[in-house]
Amino acid sequence: MSASAVPAETPGGPRRWLTADRGRLINLGFFVAFVALIVVASTTTDAFLTENNATNLLRQSVTTGLLALGMLVVILTGGIDLSVGSIVALTGVMAAGLSADMPIALAMAVAIGVGVVCGAVNGVLIARFRLAPFVVTLAALTTIRGLTYVYSEVPITPTNASFLALGSDRVGFVPVATIIMLVAFAIVWVFLTRTTVGRAIVAIGGNEAAVRLAGISVRRHVILAYVISGFCAGLAGVILASRVGIAQPSVGVAFELNAIAACVIGGARLSGGKGSVIGTLGGVALLTLIDNLLTLYDVQSYWQQVLKGLIIAAVVLARRQEEGR
Amino acid sequence: MTLVLEGVRKSFGGVEVLHGIDLEARAGEVVALAGANGAGKSTLINILSGALPRDAGRIVLDGEELALRSPREAQHLGIRTVHQELSLVPDLTVAENVLLGALPARGGFVSWRRAERRARELLERAGFGAIDPRAIAGDLSVARQQMVEIAKALASEPRILILDEPSAVLAGDDLERLFALIADLRAHGVLVLYVSHRLEEVMRIADRVTVLKDGRLVFDAPPAQTSEGEIVRHMAGRRLDEVYPERGRRPGEVLLAAEGVSREGVFEDVSLEVRAGEVVGLFGLVGSGRSELAECLFGAAPISGGRITMEGEPLRLRSPRDAIHAGIALVTEDRKRTGLVLDLSVRDNASLATMGAISHATFIDRRAQTRRVDAAIDDLDVRPRDIERPVWQLSGGNQQKVVLTKWLLARPRVLILDEPTRGVDVASRVDLYRLVDDMTRTEGVGVLMISSDLTEVLGLSDRVLVMHEGAIVADIPGAEATEESVLAHAIGVAA
Repeated sequence: MSASAVPAETPGGPRRWLTADRGRLINLGFFVAFVALIVVASTTTDAFLTENNATNLLRQSVTTGLLALGMLVVILTGGIDLSVGSIVALTGVMAAGLSADMPIALAMAVAIGVGVVCGAVNGVLIARFRLAPFVVTLAALTTIRGLTYVYSEVPITPTNASFLALGSDRVGFVPVATIIMLVAFAIVWVFLTRTTVGRAIVAIGGNEAAVRLAGISVRRHVILAYVISGFCAGLAGVILASRVGIAQPSVGVAFELNAIAACVIGGARLSGGKGSVIGTLGGVALLTLIDNLLTLYDVQSYWQQVLKGLIIAAVVLARRQEEGR
Repeated sequence: MTLVLEGVRKSFGGVEVLHGIDLEARAGEVVALAGANGAGKSTLINILSGALPRDAGRIVLDGEELALRSPREAQHLGIRTVHQELSLVPDLTVAENVLLGALPARGGFVSWRRAERRARELLERAGFGAIDPRAIAGDLSVARQQMVEIAKALASEPRILILDEPSAVLAGDDLERLFALIADLRAHGVLVLYVSHRLEEVMRIADRVTVLKDGRLVFDAPPAQTSEGEIVRHMAGRRLDEVYPERGRRPGEVLLAAEGVSREGVFEDVSLEVRAGEVVGLFGLVGSGRSELAECLFGAAPISGGRITMEGEPLRLRSPRDAIHAGIALVTEDRKRTGLVLDLSVRDNASLATMGAISHATFIDRRAQTRRVDAAIDDLDVRPRDIERPVWQLSGGNQQKVVLTKWLLARPRVLILDEPTRGVDVASRVDLYRLVDDMTRTEGVGVLMISSDLTEVLGLSDRVLVMHEGAIVADIPGAEATEESVLAHAIGVAA
């Protein structure tokens, strides 16, 4: 049966097809805008198309990228994780602090494990006790930030220089951290599209009742989503501390907002059930590129914030029509 | 005042549900509107209250044709409706709800004293003076909330008051007070449209009884000139078509059985059996407890008493997972709300209940999944035959087939169908009936089919159970069941 025969038997079919096309059109639009940005940037400023800047760009995208990736999994279930910025700070200072007493790899693993625990606590409170994700992770945001300062009030500078390896090593001009992030994106993509657990997570956000009635444990999958987000945030925190060379307890404020923005730009629906790994990667790239360009053009940082906000609003507005049904 | 309806028509997704309604009613008249579920009562009411646009026909009030584009417009004309679903704001007080949008105020500040006084007056007028205007609406019982709704409708001094099945929640003295109110309104020249399938009350309070059957007004007479039996006959109407497969199945041993099962506040002491290769029809009006019973049999809701067995073995159903494990499947009543993940593909939806069977170490075997789903949707004739299509793009009938596919792939031994053909076109219905027949004959699946479509229940069932107010009141062999007998049991007027 040809696709064109479908709308006739689907109430409101033709309009829905238009909106589906519109979604594709918007994605194409993003791609074009992205390419245009790069072309404009490389023709108007010499600083853009340098190996140095490319490395910087790729490196800067890692934190937002990992946070957005974990956030996407949570958003797909219909939730939100506001605590990721605080987890970045806690895991960063812990990795740096612990590296004084144990092998660096172990210190980092323990720190990431702490991120996983934070996510698990969020998940249990949300799924087991049926509390609102927004409220639970808002409470976690404060609590974890506080714990970070309890752990260390002052920035920690790791003494061992090899602590910096994870954040600064490169293969050619590509940072190792970026490769890790891309691998994480690939894994999550496979997870969400090819595994039973991943499909269940996507389905929960679309219709929790139907999933439960299909004999699937909603609770376990929701907890897992927050665990994944906690893991990604922990990984991001460790990488960030390693890149900067100093673990600041104050780092990561409002990072969760960038992560959410990247997901939404990538087509995720905040009520769950809809979102794309590749779209989110595109959202991360766009946000990083905008930051980079505004810096290269010497735009004052406050104006950077204003512009970024306006761009996000414009993107959401453009996507609004997709939600029209 | 005269309200005239001429040739009012309405279709949903290409299926006409009101085929040209003509009705005339005057000020000071109480017109009862009776009809079985799905007869079109709600649609007609929604059109009159401005909640749904009509496709064709005229609605004329005192010689002036009404557009009725919104509930607001209807209310401006003095048409107020008390719907079955409550529309109170649960966190506000009774007074605020009653006077919603019309709170007495001076200079922008609400005068709470006047608001409470006015709300109390309205509640007293309606006979519900016992309700405190300062109470929070959400704290009240459903019956009292319904009374608040009625007081709210009175607040705007309606000329036409539509009551949609008020006796579904009001009973006893409350109902008597409502009848007194209706008599009072009639004396004051209000036209009351009273929707109900409870004939006893209809006969008591109405000046005229009208019957809606399959989207047509088939009967209109004063109570004095008719009888409950005659009305029931008109509600039941036509004969069976040829869309149903022949009966003559040979039921085997008992598979699923409920023994004295209760669910607190919903139904009590319900017993039933479903045998291998048998189709058991369960008929009951909305609110009789049938869907809630299905939930319990599927482990989606806990039971408060009795036991459920499979081949004589007691089952402990803590979740749908347990029921699925025991070989039970449930096609729920509302496929969009509880059956499908609309954004996901046919592939995902169809394999949602059987992902474990087509995966290795949680990795889905896409090829096996494609093979199974594709074969199943081909068998069921899902159109288009495209497993990657999101299900929201499919028609109602095809969506329902996807839900069925999901459960067929789980190879259940007992299949519970709750309103399997609601919003499903005739062609797809025939496919579904054929499939049910096939499963019972070739695989010995036991089917429990809950439906408010009487013709369907009679056409397909080997046995018909009738549920009324939380109890199974009749168990009739399919060959002996008639529309009159089943409906009479369901309404509670059987001898």
